[in-house]
Amino acid sequence: MSVQAPSRITPIGTMTPFRAQRIWEKNYIAYRRLWKVVFSGFFEPVFYLLAVGVGTGSLVGNIELGDGSVLSYASWIAPALMAASAMNGSVIETTFNIFFKLQFGKVYEGILTTPMKPMDIAIGEIGWALLRGVLYSTAFIGVMFAFGMTESPWALMAIPAATLIGFAFGAVGLAATTWMKSWQDFDLVTLATIPLFLFSGTFFPIDVYPPILQTAVKISPLYHGAELLRGFTLGAIDWTMLGHAAFLVVMGLVGSAIAARRLDGMLRK
Amino acid sequence: MSESLVQARGLTKKFGDFTAVDAVDFDIQPGEAFGFLGPNGAGKTSTMKMITTVSPITEGKMTVFGLDPASQGREIRSRLGVVPQEDNLDLELTVAENLYIYGRYHDMKKPEIMPRIDELLEFAQLTERRESRVEPLSGGMKRRLTIARALINDPDLIILDEPTTGLDPQARHLLWDRLYRLKREGATLVITTHYMDEAEQLCDRLVVMDQGKIVAEGSPRDLITRYATKEVVELRFGEEVKDQAVLQMAGLAERSEVLADRVLLYTEDSEQTQDGLNQKGIHPEQVLVRRSTLEDVFLRLTGRGLID
Repeated sequence: MSVQAPSRITPIGTMTPFRAQRIWEKNYIAYRRLWKVVFSGFFEPVFYLLAVGVGTGSLVGNIELGDGSVLSYASWIAPALMAASAMNGSVIETTFNIFFKLQFGKVYEGILTTPMKPMDIAIGEIGWALLRGVLYSTAFIGVMFAFGMTESPWALMAIPAATLIGFAFGAVGLAATTWMKSWQDFDLVTLATIPLFLFSGTFFPIDVYPPILQTAVKISPLYHGAELLRGFTLGAIDWTMLGHAAFLVVMGLVGSAIAARRLDGMLRK
Repeated sequence: MSESLVQARGLTKKFGDFTAVDAVDFDIQPGEAFGFLGPNGAGKTSTMKMITTVSPITEGKMTVFGLDPASQGREIRSRLGVVPQEDNLDLELTVAENLYIYGRYHDMKKPEIMPRIDELLEFAQLTERRESRVEPLSGGMKRRLTIARALINDPDLIILDEPTTGLDPQARHLLWDRLYRLKREGATLVITTHYMDEAEQLCDRLVVMDQGKIVAEGSPRDLITRYATKEVVELRFGEEVKDQAVLQMAGLAERSEVLADRVLLYTEDSEQTQDGLNQKGIHPEQVLVRRSTLEDVFLRLTGRGLID
């Protein structure tokens, strides 16, 4: 047996400039064995939809929107649950999972001794979180359709819109992770996501708040996500949706830039 | 000098006010096993991280394969095999998958990688553990897997940072055996270690580092001849008589070192030294005669032991 290898494998100058997809490959190999974990991400919003939307919804009855249209409570909260699920999936992936890899596995330190760069890792991991999100969103839209909760073919646009939510939260989650020192810091993540989940116009319209609180809710990124998805699944398309989308795009870009920069500083000391 | 794989001039690494590597010069030639010997904190790992381009250079110049680490890091890393101080295997993947994904990071294609995995598993004596998860492997196995992983891209330069730290003696010897084999096949190795026996066994040439500086350079034999004597007589005394005994020893050896627990007499002729001790009526509790090692070189150069 010999350890003589094939001749030079990567000729200088002909290397792939972009290789974030290698991180996807790594995650794909690992997740082939972890498919049960992937499933749990699908069931969570569906359970909420059944319990709160259909269950509690039977007490609430139909609700009337500002424009006078009437729809079931379940149809009204379904897009918001989908938005919350996109947020949670992406935040868990980019905080807990990545913190573990950074602090304990030292996996990234190893990867950076190969031609991979910090930017490849950042894009790869955020991208992976999105990819998972697309799967969940697609399945969730399927469930909504089956229950008759989609009001328009525009509902299909909720899938890319949910991906945008995932991008925005994933980028900020990854950036936040670069500041985390211990598992205790993750209480802060929960402390941020739970009120977002409960108060961003998810379960009730924000016009029940006094005006000052309404303004506060409008800085909640999940509010913009939920409103965007609601527009699509209810088929109520209007220009304000561009504003919601723009909010999420900016949040994602700023988060990514900070994350890539911070990761670079952490990993290349 | 243009054939050096690594050439460093005035290479410096600072972390804030702390200077980890202080203007060092060295050249690593193709086909040699080059060592960085020094205690923890001497600047060895910082130097390695600069060579592997993961740590930016603060001052000075360095080329690796004639390339600039700041702007051509990716090209440099594609030709390196790096074995870090701490194992950083991917615990989510199996033994074979760990090798596979590193092949992918190096842009190799599956048909190139698969036969390479077979060879490397055999080399690392892990063929039976191919489908095993990484977690249950022993320390020695993880180390060998990390080395196999570093070889996946057939590197021109293999960097091993403290390759056997934390391994039991048997696992160390097995690992040394594998490294010898790489050497025989013409690989260029860069090894950092604070074990003098490791440096003596594996390195053709080495630099001794202390507090960020290179304090000596040469082959292990060279350094011992230059900075130590042929033999060392180690003496242990009861606490109360030690100081008195030390005073009486003048002239018995070429040089002496008084350590907390023992006195070392450096001599070309240990019998003569021992006779001298007897004549002066010095009777240590324990006498040990041994050959000089790199540990003695280090003690001579820095006044301190390697492992503290």
